[in-house]
Amino acid sequence: MDSALIPEGAKRCPFPKFMLGMAIVGAVLLWGVYAMFLCWFKGLNQTNMDDYYGFALWIWADLAVIAVGGGAFFTGLLKYIFKIDELKNIINFAVIIGFICYSSALLILAIDIGQPLRGWFIFWHANVHSMLTEVAFCLSCYFAVLTIEFIPNILENRQLNKVSFFHHLAHNMHGVMAVFAATGAFLSFFHQGSLGGVAGVMFGRPFAFREHILIWPWTFFLFTWSAAAFGPCFTLLVTKITEAITGKKLVSDKTVNLLAKISGWMITTYMIAKIIDTVYWAQVTAPSMGFTLDHFYSNNAFYGYWILFAEIIVGGVVPGLLLIFKKTRENPIALLTAITLGVIGVCLNRWVMVLQIMAVPVMPFDTWALYIPSWQEVATTILPVAYGIMLIAVSYRYLPVFPQELELNKPAQATE
Amino acid sequence: MIQNTKAHKFGMVIDLDKCTGCGSCMVSCMAENNVPFKEDESRKKDSITWMRVYKLTNGKSFPDTEVVYMPRPCQHCSGLGDHGHSPCVSVCPATATDYGYDTGIVSQIYTRCFGCRYCMGACPYHARYFNWWDPTWPEGMESYLSPNVSPRMRGVVEKCSFCYHRYQLAREKAYVEEREIEENEYQTACTTACPADAIIFGDLNNPAHQVHQIVKPDPHPDPRNHKVVGKSRNPKVFRLLERLGTNTKVYYMSEREWVRKAGDSYLDGEWDEVKNHHGSSSSHG
Repeated sequence: MDSALIPEGAKRCPFPKFMLGMAIVGAVLLWGVYAMFLCWFKGLNQTNMDDYYGFALWIWADLAVIAVGGGAFFTGLLKYIFKIDELKNIINFAVIIGFICYSSALLILAIDIGQPLRGWFIFWHANVHSMLTEVAFCLSCYFAVLTIEFIPNILENRQLNKVSFFHHLAHNMHGVMAVFAATGAFLSFFHQGSLGGVAGVMFGRPFAFREHILIWPWTFFLFTWSAAAFGPCFTLLVTKITEAITGKKLVSDKTVNLLAKISGWMITTYMIAKIIDTVYWAQVTAPSMGFTLDHFYSNNAFYGYWILFAEIIVGGVVPGLLLIFKKTRENPIALLTAITLGVIGVCLNRWVMVLQIMAVPVMPFDTWALYIPSWQEVATTILPVAYGIMLIAVSYRYLPVFPQELELNKPAQATE
Repeated sequence: MIQNTKAHKFGMVIDLDKCTGCGSCMVSCMAENNVPFKEDESRKKDSITWMRVYKLTNGKSFPDTEVVYMPRPCQHCSGLGDHGHSPCVSVCPATATDYGYDTGIVSQIYTRCFGCRYCMGACPYHARYFNWWDPTWPEGMESYLSPNVSPRMRGVVEKCSFCYHRYQLAREKAYVEEREIEENEYQTACTTACPADAIIFGDLNNPAHQVHQIVKPDPHPDPRNHKVVGKSRNPKVFRLLERLGTNTKVYYMSEREWVRKAGDSYLDGEWDEVKNHHGSSSSHG
C-alpha cells in the first residue's frame, strides 16, 4: 500500500501490521495526551507534587531524556568535527533519537510549568544569573539545530527526493552539516552543563550544592561529561532494540564497537571525576555545612546507600570497564549489559540530582519527604516514550536511516 | 524632601521562649494577605501558610520533655556574602522574585511567575508555596479580602512579603509629610497579632529600632565562615541554617541551649566550639 514511500530495496513489514503496531502505541500516546490536557486545563493539582516536592517525576524525565539524548551531539561532534567517518553509519539514527529526546524535554517542560501560557517569560524576563535561563536558551536553540540536522534525512525519502529542490537541499545541507554539528556541540555543552548547574548552585540544599569554578559548580561539568559518555549507550541500546524488533542487522559491528569503545572511555574517565566529586562533597563540602554522609542516606524508607552504589558502581564503573576492554565489548551479551547498565546509571544519577535533593531534610527538625507520582504524571512521562517509538517506526519505515541496512542484510534477502 | 536615605534592612526577631504556639500569627497572616483556602485542608504539604509554626521538642522523655514553637515566615535571605543573591532570587529564570536593596525584602511578582518552582526547590526553609489550586474562599469571605494585596492565580508561587503593602502605605504617608517612616508605622500583621509579643519587627540597619538592639547584627563577615554576614552578637540569638550562608533577616531568640542548637546542623563536637562564638568581635574569644 505504501511501498512507493519505502526506501528502494528495503524490506518492511506489511502495512496493516505496521498500522496495528502504531495503533497500539498510539493508544498509549492518547492516554498520555489525555493526562497532559488534564494538567493543562485543571492545573498541577492533578499531580502528587506538593510544596516539598516542587520538582518531581517530570523534571527527572526531562533531565534523563536530555542526558540520554546526548548521543546526538556527541556522535555529531565525533563524526563531523573529529572526522571519525565510521560513525556515518549511525549518525542519522543518533540525530533522530536526539530529536525525540529534546522535543520530549520541551513538551515535558510545557506541561510542568504552572502557567504554560507564560512559558515565554523565561526568554522575555530572563534572569541571567539563573541556570534555568541558560537551559531554556540553549535547549531551544539546540532543538532547532537538531531539526536542521534531521531535515536532510527526511528529504531523502524516496518520493521527496524526486523533487529536484529537495534533493539538492538535502545534498547541500549534508555539506554544511559540520557547522551545525559544531553549533550543536557548543550548545549542548552549555545546556547539559547548566542542567547540572541547576542542582549544583542550590547552596540552601547541602545534598545538591557543589564547589564552583568561577560561576560553574562541578555538577555543570559532570552533567556534560556524563551526557557525552552515556548518550552513545542509549543510541546503541535503541539501535539494538530496533534490530531486535525488525529482525535485521542495521549497523555493523565495527561501527557499534567503535562507538561503544569511545563511550567506554568517556564513562570510565567520567566515573573517576564523579568519584572524586562525591568523595570531596562527602568529606569536605557537606561537613562544612554541618552534614554527614549518613544524613543523606538514612532514616527514611527509600533512599539508602544502595542508590549511591547502584549509580556509581553498577551503573557507572561496571559499564565503563565492560566497554573499554575489547573482549567484553565485542561479546554481544556483555555489550548489551554494559549499555543497558549505562543508561540506567545515568538515569539514576539524574533521579538522585532531582528527587533525592527534594527528599532530604535540611532543617534539623524537618523530616524526609517521599512522594509517589499520580497516574497523570506517569501517563505524561510515558507519552514521550510512545511518541518516540512512533517517530522511530515511521522514520525507519520511510527514510533511509541506516546506510548499511541493504548491505548488511543482503544474504538474508537473497535467500527469500 | 527625603534624599539619600540609608537603605533599610527590615527583619524580625522571634522570642521562642515567649511563643505559645497559638497560631495567631498564621491566622492574621492569611487574613492580611488574602491567602486562599483549599476545599480539603487535610493535606498540609500543599496548603498555603506563609507563616508556619513548627513544633520542636528536646527529644527527652517525661518529665524532662520541653517543647518550643517556632514560627517560620519567609526568611528574606540576603544570600551569600549579603549581596542579595538569596537562594530563590538567584535561581528564578524569569526575574519573578527580586531582592529589594532598599528594604532587604525578597519580593514575588505574581504576574511574572510562570510556575517553574525552581525557587521552591532552592529554598531550604519551605517558605515558598505553589498555587496548586484555583484560589477560593468560603462563601461570603470574599468581602473580607484586603484591597491592598492582590490575590494570586493558580500556577504561581507565593510567599511572605513582610506585609510589603504596609510598608508602601507607611512610606507614602511619610513621603507626603517629608519625613522618615517610624518604627511603629510599619509592622507586619503577624507582629501586631502576636498576643505574647514574641515577634519584634523593624529595621536591622537602624540602631534606634528594637530589633537592632536585640540582634546587634555584626556587619562584618563571620571570621569562622565568610559566607555569613549579619551574625547576631547577642548570645541568645541565632538564625535558621545560618552556616549555609543564606543570611536570613529573621532571627530567633531563646534562653535554652537546645533550642539554639536546633537552628542548625552540627557535626559531633562542633556545637561546643561554636556556641560561644558571636560574630567577628568574639572570633578569638
